[in-house]
Amino acid sequence: MTPVGLTHFLVLSAILFALGLLAVITKRNAVTVLMGVELIINAANINFIAFARYLDKDLDGQMFGVFVIVAAAASAAVALAIVLNIYQRMRSVNLDEADSLAG
Amino acid sequence: MTFFDVMFYVLAAMILLSAAIMVFAKNLIYNAVGLLFAFFGVAGLYVMLGADFLAATQLLIYVGGILVLLLFGVMLSQRITGLEMRTGTLQMLPAVIVCAGVVAILLRMIWMSPWQKTEVGEPAATTRTIGTLFMTDYLIPFEIVSVLLLAALVGAAFIGRRDAR
Repeated sequence: MTPVGLTHFLVLSAILFALGLLAVITKRNAVTVLMGVELIINAANINFIAFARYLDKDLDGQMFGVFVIVAAAASAAVALAIVLNIYQRMRSVNLDEADSLAG
Repeated sequence: MTFFDVMFYVLAAMILLSAAIMVFAKNLIYNAVGLLFAFFGVAGLYVMLGADFLAATQLLIYVGGILVLLLFGVMLSQRITGLEMRTGTLQMLPAVIVCAGVVAILLRMIWMSPWQKTEVGEPAATTRTIGTLFMTDYLIPFEIVSVLLLAALVGAAFIGRRDAR
């Protein structure tokens, strides 16, 4: 068994990414789709931090990680507001029922 | 196996298990709790990778902020009286095939790439360095991100209003 290194983290992050993608494309509820997006962002962030640790002497990867977390927070806030607005208009957050363009 | 390896496998099992619960559970609350433990596991991975500041940020923002926001989204968008805390799935089989293909491509890429590895030193405290970098090399991204946060705050408050037109 090889000692844990960069490859282990990358493999874990790839599987986490696929699970998030699965949630995004199969779930009907908009909030659950958002949860899948957060999983995908976390998978990308693991890659940044692992590269910062194993391929780079500086902390540039960790800086990117901080910015990614901030962008994820902003997107989650706006997306939740949109979901609540959809719910007020259509009394449902199922994405396959929100198919009307003219509100 | 060193302690580092054992910790990695424990955290990886925790992350993948809770992410699978998040993806495959039908109850929205189970989804949210699965996501919570996945976030905790990722914070543990950050600690293992020597990113102490990011681990704390992950706990504060993801577990304390985004997850609570998502739970609010769940609570406000369901008819609580009917106990309809369920979410359905669509096209499960093709989606699983597509995602398995994505994993296969990514794993192949990971193993084929010639990584230029450097020496891994002892993990040191990163907070002071990150703070200095924010005020020097990353000053413009830092300012842009602060404007982005303000815009997201105002935009979310405006869109979320009851009579937004």
